[in-house]
Amino acid sequence: MNLAMSENAIITCALAILVLPLASYALTFFFGKKLPRKGDFIGVSFMGVSWLLAIRIFLHFWQQSDPAFRVEAAFNWVDLGGFSIDAGILVDGMTSVMLMVVTTVSFFVHMYSMGYMHGDRRYERFFAFLGFFTFAMMGIVLSNNLFFLYVFWELVGLASYLLIGFFFHKDSAAQANKKAFLTNRVGDWGFWLGILAFFTATGTLNYFELFAHVHAGTVKGTLLTFAGLGLFMGCLGKSAQMPLHIWLPDAMEGPTPVSALIHAATMVAAGVYMVARLFPLFGPTALMVVCYVGAVTAFVAATIALVKTDFKRVLAFSTLSQLGYMVMALGAGDSVNAMFHLTTHAMFKGLLFLTAGSVIHAVHSQEITDMGGLRRKMPITFITYMIGTLALAGVPGLSGFYSKDGILGSTLAFGMINGHYVPFVLGILAALLTPFYMFRLTFKAFFGKPADQERYDHAHESPWSMTVPLIGLAILSIFVSGFNTADKSWFSKYAAAYDIPAIAAEFHMEGADEHLVVEVHAESHEEDSHAASDGGHDGHATDAHAATMEDGGHHGDGDHHDIHHTAHMRAMVMSIVMVILGISGAWWVYHQNRIDPSRFQTRLPGVYRVLQGQYFFDELYAATVYRFTLWWCAVCSAFDRIVVDGIVNGTGYLTRMVAWMSGTVDRYIVDGAVNGVAAVLQGAGEGFRRVQTGRIQTYLVYVAASVLVLILIYRVL
Amino acid sequence: MMDVGLQHFVVVSALLFCLGLFAVMKRRNAVGILMGVELMLNSANLNFVAFSRYVQHSIDGQIMATFVIVLAAAEAAVALAIVLAMFRNFGTVNAATATSLKR
Repeated sequence: MNLAMSENAIITCALAILVLPLASYALTFFFGKKLPRKGDFIGVSFMGVSWLLAIRIFLHFWQQSDPAFRVEAAFNWVDLGGFSIDAGILVDGMTSVMLMVVTTVSFFVHMYSMGYMHGDRRYERFFAFLGFFTFAMMGIVLSNNLFFLYVFWELVGLASYLLIGFFFHKDSAAQANKKAFLTNRVGDWGFWLGILAFFTATGTLNYFELFAHVHAGTVKGTLLTFAGLGLFMGCLGKSAQMPLHIWLPDAMEGPTPVSALIHAATMVAAGVYMVARLFPLFGPTALMVVCYVGAVTAFVAATIALVKTDFKRVLAFSTLSQLGYMVMALGAGDSVNAMFHLTTHAMFKGLLFLTAGSVIHAVHSQEITDMGGLRRKMPITFITYMIGTLALAGVPGLSGFYSKDGILGSTLAFGMINGHYVPFVLGILAALLTPFYMFRLTFKAFFGKPADQERYDHAHESPWSMTVPLIGLAILSIFVSGFNTADKSWFSKYAAAYDIPAIAAEFHMEGADEHLVVEVHAESHEEDSHAASDGGHDGHATDAHAATMEDGGHHGDGDHHDIHHTAHMRAMVMSIVMVILGISGAWWVYHQNRIDPSRFQTRLPGVYRVLQGQYFFDELYAATVYRFTLWWCAVCSAFDRIVVDGIVNGTGYLTRMVAWMSGTVDRYIVDGAVNGVAAVLQGAGEGFRRVQTGRIQTYLVYVAASVLVLILIYRVL
Repeated sequence: MMDVGLQHFVVVSALLFCLGLFAVMKRRNAVGILMGVELMLNSANLNFVAFSRYVQHSIDGQIMATFVIVLAAAEAAVALAIVLAMFRNFGTVNAATATSLKR
């Protein structure tokens, strides 16, 4: 069967996928209240069509043999002489995978919301916001330049804000969405600076032109590092990496379908997608920072998840930890496995959140201390939840195992080449903690005796609109990996590393003499001998990145391939051991009750307090950032009050004085003259009025007298 | 017996004029005022005739006096008609009450 599509057809489909959620948003937003069923069928059916179109594009790339194949369409949006911005869309393998991920999860979440949000007062508004979010996310995925990436990035932030605060009458939700929005501002500030840095240096915002520019050496050295770190700040905020992760756990105040769609599967993965998409723009130093940030986040978040008792919060910290994995893989130069983990994680974490919603729907509580024994009451939820948990824990045979294994293998290879073993150690420890906390959750919520008999009695399986998405996502959680790591499964074709020299040739640019080794494979071979020795310098880090990049693309290189092969084998064995240890540990502690977990609290109260307090990041920020901000606000306010207000009030007082003087002059001198003339004339008029009696005889007297006077004058003269 | 000369006529004419003027100025009755006017016209006539007899020795002054008499008759006819109209409007011939032009 021929599945190829013309370029025009691909662009049209992509635009339809972008516009359909927007149309759903507009229709439900403006007419939702008047439509039958409050218009939810619009959201679900439009998303269904989007999903089918995404599958269609996905199938095209399935058959496409050239991994570098891409379609771009753009029109000139702003043209101000030397400054012009295109609005355009880009579809390539990575885009088609992201389209599949977003539409799949979004479609299932739309369907699920019909059951979960049933009877909510702002039911139609919820679907409108979901549509709006999907539109913005599609924009991020389809955009072909940094400017529109940023625009949709912010729109996604807005959608997240609106949906976290969906229950805004709850104070905690109102605080949480504010926190999420402001924390993201910090990251987006850096992101924008990074975009501006690249634009200033190269004069273009188009991804592929930028790659060619970086290859040609237009941007290099420190500028490249800092511009890349700026872009990475966007990822820090949106993908909730340390130290800007504080908003994601609080974002669980939103309705659970939102947590599944936005704060687990798609939006938080936007940062990872962005870094993977713009991978050639990151210099080796920047990637080293990325790697460490990801590793620390993966480990720290996993430790916090150990002690949390809120079902959704455990999952939230798990999400942080898994995002840390993806970012760590990016830093280690393995954008392919990062994208692979993004895809598998979207499926099983979306699934886990939806099962969490199903459980919360049934017992009306988020605390796992209120649950217990639910597997008998909710069989479908339990089975799908178990599939998600096993995938997340990394049990062989499920998708999570292959993607996580790929990441750990690349990170180990990264360490073996340049000596930076810390990310791998943190990653493997997180791989031990992940099954432990997930099975702690499982045993507490689904096994054992019901902690709250009344809640248990009222619990029931959810309606079909909620269980169908669970089953769909559970099936995907198993099969999406194709039972193989990213390099060997179907995925390799969809997220192949960029062929930078070819892209540069397309824009008629040649590589500079001194440049990143990342792009030139031939030269990295010569430096292999240095690579295995002491690590820590940028040059060696670059080699490691070059090596891992190659792994995504070519396999011809002997030494590195051996290292990678060894690393992957070792990482796989270690991670299987960790999974077994983690699950059996949790079984021992929480199912068999051989060790009382409360003894941990009493033995190590300090550690417990730190974990329960989430490493006191919030308190730290409250003590530093918030206090500084408030202090600075007070200073500005004082400046405003004293200096600015003083100037304004002084000017006002001066004006009033001048006006008073001017008024006085006006009133007494000008008005005096005018009134004086009038008064004189009036007085004269009054006087002469007496003469005018109206009696002809009086006038005759005047005439006679005048004649006499005239005669007298005549005589005298 | 004193010879009657020009100055006697002139003095009588001046007296007549003053009487007429006084009547015009002081009378409240419109008819009285009219009569004063007649007196003044007649004093002028007397002057015309006297100066014509003693100074010019011609007939011009007497012709002028005849004109004035005719004119006075016409004037009396019009003025009496006005007085009659005034009486009809105001119910009185008192000149002081006819002040409606003033307002």
